[in-house]
Amino acid sequence: MMTANGDARIVLPAPGIAAGMPRHHVLIFAGLLVLLLLAPFVLYPVFVMDVLCFGLFASALNLLLGYNGLLSFGHAAFFGTSAYIAAYAAKDWGFTPELAILLGTGAAALLGLVIGALSIRRQGIYFAMVTLAFAQMVYFIALQAPFTGGENGIQAVPRGKLFGLVDLGNDLSLYFVVLVIALGGMLAIYRIIHSPFGQVLKAIRDNEPRAISIGYKVNRYKLAVFVMSATLAGLAGGTKAIVFQLASLTDAHWTMSGEVVLMTLLGGMGTIFGPLVGAAVVVGIQNYFSGVGAWVTVIEGAIFVLSVMLFREGIVGILARWLKKSL
Amino acid sequence: MFGIPAQVLFGQLLLGLINGSFYALLSLGLAVIFGMLNVINFAHGALYMMGAFVAWMLLTYLGINYWWALLITPIVVGAFGALIERTLISRLYHLDHLYGLLLTFGLALLIEGLFRNAYGVSGLPYTIPAALAGGHNLGFMFLPNYRAWVIIASLVVCAATWVLIEKTRLGAYLRAATENPALVGAFGINVPRLITLTYGFGVGLAALAGVLAAPIYSVNPNMGADLVIVVFAVVVIGGMGSILGAVVSGFGLGIIEGLTRAFYPQGSSVVIFVIMAIVLLVKPAGLFGKTA
Repeated sequence: MMTANGDARIVLPAPGIAAGMPRHHVLIFAGLLVLLLLAPFVLYPVFVMDVLCFGLFASALNLLLGYNGLLSFGHAAFFGTSAYIAAYAAKDWGFTPELAILLGTGAAALLGLVIGALSIRRQGIYFAMVTLAFAQMVYFIALQAPFTGGENGIQAVPRGKLFGLVDLGNDLSLYFVVLVIALGGMLAIYRIIHSPFGQVLKAIRDNEPRAISIGYKVNRYKLAVFVMSATLAGLAGGTKAIVFQLASLTDAHWTMSGEVVLMTLLGGMGTIFGPLVGAAVVVGIQNYFSGVGAWVTVIEGAIFVLSVMLFREGIVGILARWLKKSL
Repeated sequence: MFGIPAQVLFGQLLLGLINGSFYALLSLGLAVIFGMLNVINFAHGALYMMGAFVAWMLLTYLGINYWWALLITPIVVGAFGALIERTLISRLYHLDHLYGLLLTFGLALLIEGLFRNAYGVSGLPYTIPAALAGGHNLGFMFLPNYRAWVIIASLVVCAATWVLIEKTRLGAYLRAATENPALVGAFGINVPRLITLTYGFGVGLAALAGVLAAPIYSVNPNMGADLVIVVFAVVVIGGMGSILGAVVSGFGLGIIEGLTRAFYPQGSSVVIFVIMAIVLLVKPAGLFGKTA
């Protein structure tokens, strides 16, 4: 990627930074915006909000997995923690929804700092196992802590009024708030991966020893991107808690961590739009098959196996290869 | 003792030893597989569950008793594992190791989902074999025979595995192939077959643990799902370096978990993860691990 060069401080400009966003990305984001503005009038708004929350969640994981090569199998910890804190703040402290979500997101960021600092001490598969184990610890705490409501979770969370003014009880007005959060989050991720910082992340992903030898403090970059990813996962979790008026053990369970990995893998790791597509497919399947018990698990398992064996690039990854464009 | 009735203390200690027996057997299988394949077998918990189910099916549908199940189940489930390795996992060796983890995670979901569909989640009973029913009063506590048997069986199997890998010719091939598969292949040893055998063996250990567990816990499609995560933590704490490490940390952590349950019950489900965090801070490669 980089020719040998004496200067350790050189940062290559990412293609597209000087010229701003490439035209086809602008077009896709614009098309997505139009589509999502129309969606609640065609589809059930809560379903689309579900897709948006998980799209953001999967994009947050993708920032870590696709662009830094770190597979976290414990992202439910951040999603779930933020969901619980946001739900508690909105219900018991009467916070307005935006403050509740912010508080949850902040908690997820703090947790990300602690878990991240410990987890990056191991690499590769161990990293995945360690994050999974920490997430399970968070799950057990959620199960036993007095304020989480145990098996029942925190139910009937009020959606409240945005900034104390706009009533979000109406699905449609809530929808546009969620749309702004999800697209804003995705654009933030876009900005991160196309910054010089993002270039270093990719260099670490592609060849860590080399990045170290060039002089980068690799662990600082890893921790920074881990915290960013955890924060955005928390943003998704807090938003989800307000949308569904519920924070429950499901949000913090390892199956949730697995699901978000599946969304990212299926949509395309290391692609910008893949996680959103993957989230739409998986949430769609869950809704469609929700009446038939454990078959959802079987289908998800089968998609996992098929994706790993046959479609490692994911849906958007394959499209990108056909179109010869980065997506 | 320390304000805890001796009965409770020894009871929890026994429970810790039982859990430790399963941690040891499962982390041993994981370590053996990882050493050879560089794959973390996420399906380990699902295959442990399959072991319990196969024992239950043998008894219920074919009338085959516990002792035969102890022999047949690891072979059947191990063969199933070998089939998975041949058809699926072996195609991923040239890729990043993470794909192996993702594949086996998918397999775990698939297997557990299928069993849940077929048998529900309420759990099926498996009676303790007559020869091991009852128990002994040791004066300070009551020791059920079956539980003593599980601990002894686990120790014996762990020791036998150690002998197999460290003291036999097959084990020598295996260790050599772990170090340098290309060279061992050049000496005319069929390395791919050795890998399949290793995976089948590790899976067989998980299935054996499943049979041992069947009479203690009810046979349930979810029995391995959460267990495998604790075993991952055990493996991170012990390090993948040695067989002895897997066994010692398995039993040791089981006992620590039991003691925590006696003194501070709320902490018992997280104590292993807390220890993992401390080990990561102090000795990131694990207690028995070599620095990577």
